[in-house]
Amino acid sequence: MTDFILSNLEIVPGREVVAYKGLVQGNTVRAKHVGRDIMAGLKNIVGGELRGYTELLDDARQQATARMVESARAQGANAVVNVRFSTSAITAGASELYVYGTAVVVS
Amino acid sequence: MGALFSTVILIAIGVVFGTLNERRHFKRLRKDEAALSHIKVYNLKSIPAHLANELEDGGVLVSGNVVIAIDYFKRVISGLKMFIGGRLGHYESLVERARREAIVRMQKKAQAMGAHAIYNARIEFSVIGQQPQMSGAELLAYGTAVKSRDIAIDGQTAV
Repeated sequence: MTDFILSNLEIVPGREVVAYKGLVQGNTVRAKHVGRDIMAGLKNIVGGELRGYTELLDDARQQATARMVESARAQGANAVVNVRFSTSAITAGASELYVYGTAVVVS
Repeated sequence: MGALFSTVILIAIGVVFGTLNERRHFKRLRKDEAALSHIKVYNLKSIPAHLANELEDGGVLVSGNVVIAIDYFKRVISGLKMFIGGRLGHYESLVERARREAIVRMQKKAQAMGAHAIYNARIEFSVIGQQPQMSGAELLAYGTAVKSRDIAIDGQTAV
């Protein structure tokens, strides 16, 4: 994971884009589990943060990002620019985390 | 009778803890936002030219997220309000503090890596779990953190 640059700008500050490799993407679909659901059920009474879900989604997003990085590396890129995240509820209990961007080679 | 009783209990718990939580959260947010005010957040797509040459090379994607739920009392009240329509103030404050929390978390990550600004900040909202008893909403904030070349930021001078 050394020296791989992710940026959601269209450029990497201070670096020059040498080659464009095209769209790369990564996704993961995650379901919540029962233990977290019980806690979430309680939190739906008192309100507040559902910490279990926060971690779950953060974790899932990191995995999706890792997949994107992997496919960018396979194409010989060393950076992904204009990265976008997107989340969608697939069914009542599961969400898809999706991340995409343009793989580039920077100087 | 039993059902009515438990509903009343749930509402009471919701009022007490929900209100306390909200007040505490707003207080913490004000404190965090003040402490992180030196990390500027912009939603500009590119870095203004006159600032660009003051920056170190490279940028790092930073993000902050939070999943929140509304309390039972507010859900019941808001449910009733939906008959007549209009403003749902309870949801407004819920989404507001979640959004601010997500931004604060993003700023904390930028601070940890020594950055001084975040460009192209995006804020995204998504609903997770649509069952009435088990609903939450996620707020995600992300952007590109950049470092200033200048060592003396926010009044600190280099030794």
